[in-house]
Amino acid sequence: MLVVRDLGKSFAGPRPRTVFAGVDLDLARGEYVAVMGESGIGKSTLLNLVAGLENADGGSIRLDGVELTTLDDDALTILRRGHLGFVFQAFHVLPYLTVRQNVALPLSLLRNVGTEAQSRVTVMLAAVGLGERGDSMPSELSGGELQRVAIARALVHAPRLVLADEPTGNLDPESAGQVLGLLREQIKANNAAGILVTHSQVAAGTCDRILQLTASGLREIAPHRQTP
Amino acid sequence: MGHVKTSVWHAVFAGSLAQNKARSLLSVLAIALGVALGYAVQLVSAAAVNELGQGVQFLSGAADLQVRGPRGGFDESIYPQLARMPEIAVASPVVEVDARIADRNDVLKIIGIDAFRAAGVQPGLVAAPEDRLDLLRSDALFLSPAASRWLGIDAGASVNLQNALRVVALRVAGLAPAGGEQRFAVMDIAGVQTNFDRVGLITRVDLRVRAGVDVDNFRDRLQALLPAGLAVQRPEASVAASESLSRSYRVNMNVLALVALFTGALLVFSTQALAVVRRRAQLALLRVLGVTRRRLIFLLVAEGAAIGVAGSVLGLIGGFVLAEIAIRTVGLDFGAGYFRGLTPVLSPNLLALGLFFCLGVAAAMLGSFAPALEAARAAPARALKAGDQERAFDRLRPVWPALLTIIAGGVASLLPPVAHLPLFGYIAIALLLIGTLMLIPRITSMLLALAPIPQGAPARLALLQLRGAPGQAGVSLVAIVASVSLMVSMAIMVASFRSSLDAWLERVLPADVYVRANAAGDSAYLDTEVQGRIAALPGIRRAEFVREQQLLLDPYRPRIVLLAREGDAPTLARQLSLVSESLPAGVATEAGAPPPIWVNEAMVDLYDFRFGKVIELPLAGTPTPFTVAGVWRDYARSQGAVVVERARYIAFTGDRTATNAALWLAPGVDVGSISEAIVRGIPGGSRLDIAAPGEIRQLSLKAFDRTFAVTYALELAAVVIGLFGLSSSFGALVLSRRREFGLLRHLGMTRRQIGAMLAVEGVLVSGIGLMIGFCLGWVISIILIHVVNRQSFHWSMELFAPWTALAGSALLVLALSTLTAVAMGRQAMGQRAILAVKEDW
Repeated sequence: MLVVRDLGKSFAGPRPRTVFAGVDLDLARGEYVAVMGESGIGKSTLLNLVAGLENADGGSIRLDGVELTTLDDDALTILRRGHLGFVFQAFHVLPYLTVRQNVALPLSLLRNVGTEAQSRVTVMLAAVGLGERGDSMPSELSGGELQRVAIARALVHAPRLVLADEPTGNLDPESAGQVLGLLREQIKANNAAGILVTHSQVAAGTCDRILQLTASGLREIAPHRQTP
Repeated sequence: MGHVKTSVWHAVFAGSLAQNKARSLLSVLAIALGVALGYAVQLVSAAAVNELGQGVQFLSGAADLQVRGPRGGFDESIYPQLARMPEIAVASPVVEVDARIADRNDVLKIIGIDAFRAAGVQPGLVAAPEDRLDLLRSDALFLSPAASRWLGIDAGASVNLQNALRVVALRVAGLAPAGGEQRFAVMDIAGVQTNFDRVGLITRVDLRVRAGVDVDNFRDRLQALLPAGLAVQRPEASVAASESLSRSYRVNMNVLALVALFTGALLVFSTQALAVVRRRAQLALLRVLGVTRRRLIFLLVAEGAAIGVAGSVLGLIGGFVLAEIAIRTVGLDFGAGYFRGLTPVLSPNLLALGLFFCLGVAAAMLGSFAPALEAARAAPARALKAGDQERAFDRLRPVWPALLTIIAGGVASLLPPVAHLPLFGYIAIALLLIGTLMLIPRITSMLLALAPIPQGAPARLALLQLRGAPGQAGVSLVAIVASVSLMVSMAIMVASFRSSLDAWLERVLPADVYVRANAAGDSAYLDTEVQGRIAALPGIRRAEFVREQQLLLDPYRPRIVLLAREGDAPTLARQLSLVSESLPAGVATEAGAPPPIWVNEAMVDLYDFRFGKVIELPLAGTPTPFTVAGVWRDYARSQGAVVVERARYIAFTGDRTATNAALWLAPGVDVGSISEAIVRGIPGGSRLDIAAPGEIRQLSLKAFDRTFAVTYALELAAVVIGLFGLSSSFGALVLSRRREFGLLRHLGMTRRQIGAMLAVEGVLVSGIGLMIGFCLGWVISIILIHVVNRQSFHWSMELFAPWTALAGSALLVLALSTLTAVAMGRQAMGQRAILAVKEDW
């Protein structure tokens, strides 16, 4: 489903720097991989490139056969809207929307606001254990709960690919464990593919494969995990 | 330790002043504009009053007391009686005439003195010519240096002045020894009396009392001995009277200028409030690290003070430049016509400089105080938590302080003037404004709750965002609500005034042609022969003559105007624009009842000459009773004026002269031909001002617009500051949401959709601001019309709202604020959305 070939990225400026080069990645639907690497190696940049939020210097990114590197900003935005889901370290739940409205946001952007959409939101909220908190405001929730909202929002529109950037960086170990389990469970349940960027071996251990990002590319450091 | 202190100082300051250079600069400019306008108005007004005071001081010399009476003069036989009084050391009689310069619409003040007497009281007026007899010659005058410069003539030249419709040529025998910037001429008292038909009359007696005499006690005793219509007072009373004529106007201008400063303070408030909210977590961190509440308040208020100092310094410099430009272009009275003949000199004094500097700093500090207090009071643990920003506005939620403020404003609007100034009117406006501003977050919240949630994602998100953060939206609105409400109120007040003036002119100008002899000065008039000739001109169906005279009722107030008009009581009652009921025609003519008099609204307010009341007017030195038969609207003057039947006036005073005439033409006769007939057929007819009602209306409305030009400018300044405020605070809000935009970009919102969302927010927020501003402006306009204007100028008027112009302005403000929102959004989108999501909320 996601095929990345010979991807490279460098930053210009007074001190130009090549972040990485020669990155190859194949990801099938239902597959969940972790990307690890030292700080500053470009893990988040790799996610941004896959999401079409930054431009690569060279190489190819194909999502279900569509070459992302040739698309313009609007096309990439529309693609992101329909097919990608995001989970961030800082949750990024909009403080002025209720939990339900936050989760429904991707559907709203897709103009999918009917009864079916409402049911889908309800299902997702129940799935992440927030079935009773739909009308709460984000300020009433704990960090772990906020990240659950973010996971529900990332998956509510059934994206093909979920990108999670250090989703447990702001959570205590117990909440982190719950969130990681939930993220994996939901990616699998929705038959999406997922990339988890993390520093944590424990977090990476919840994925099917663990990849190490270096300046010269990605290499697998742990074998396939048995898919539950 | 010093390094640590610097760090805390930097942590607070860097957050706002340095990091928000553009918004800090905008705040500085807003304060500077307010200070500049206030200081400029003060400088110009002070220069005018200073000139007036110096003039009176110079002309009265060493006089302890002055006896004054009607402008036309009083019987000179009072002078020897005064001179003989044992308490008086020197009595100096004076005849003052504002003589029209022939064939020019200018006036030269002629001061007739007895040189021998004046030497003891006003030595500065007595020249020392080579030929000493020039001091006594009836054709010689001495110009003050300022008058000589103004007229461009020197000793030996002659100056043509007008008496009645004739030219009086006078020789300039030399220059008066002193006089500063005052424009006047001095000549022998007998010369003035003969040349200007004042034989047997004087206008003033300056008195020096003997050493050891209690001046105030003597004044009280002397007052009791004087005939009706004369008053004895210290010379300062004249300054007070001259000053009082323009006082209301000057005070109103000052208040209007201070409004700009108030709007500036609101701008600082909204900018600082939003900046503090944005830095809420940072400030909470400082509290956690050990910065005390007091120190945090001090640092944040100091931030405001820094803005205030910079703004005040800029404003004072700008104010001086503005004042210089104003006196060169519109004059000392901003075009209102109060101070003709004064040569202005700006003289900045330290007190005013200090006052306006402090006002600017105080406005900025006050604007910073509430946000500082909130930041200091916030519980650090909560404030550190993400998403706590809206809690900062919790203190704005209670409604009762705002309602109490509004109620207090309503009560203040019902209170009477203080020292003839509408102080409570201003307080009422300020309270209503502050009360409404306090209510803005609540009103915003209510209005947003009423709006249906749209289907489209951008509009939907815009509405939900505003609903979620009504406090921030409300605070960003304060400056624009204040300025829009003031713009609307001033626009309604000015339009009401203009339309009422237009209707009034229509009513009070029923004749076909108007002839005026005394358009400038008080030396020109129509004698009985000229009146007869005008009335007999072919083509004139009817001629009515008016005698305009000035009487002194209160030495501390300007003289009142007496208009002796032709016609009987019912006719006059019909012609005047009465605002009261009118006495039935028969009542005032019943045997024994005092004759009728019609008074303008100022007479009711200043002298309590109420409808139906029997009052006394000093005519020809005799207290003469009249019955107030009606109150009329008089937009021509803000001092008192009365109308009496001319036949009775002549019977009381013997004065048959007239100053104006109203002419009704025979069918088929046009204004041009009558005008020509007057110029050709009446000796001196070319010196008369002849105009059709249409021209007078046009000129009056032009003068009105000129007077209000500066008002419009001040109003515009307030609106510009308001727009600054909106753009600054909206910009701050938008920029603080870049992480949100980053998220929305991740979720698939295009830049255009985010732009549309911000445009909807801009329209909603400024729409609410405009709605509140318009409602508040309408209420304030009612106070301006019925309280401030009435108590300041004694003019009533009908409410008239210029809806088309207001709707245009509203659309402009809406468009500008929406554009600002979108432009700020673009700037925020320029930040890399990807980086923004890495930040904590």
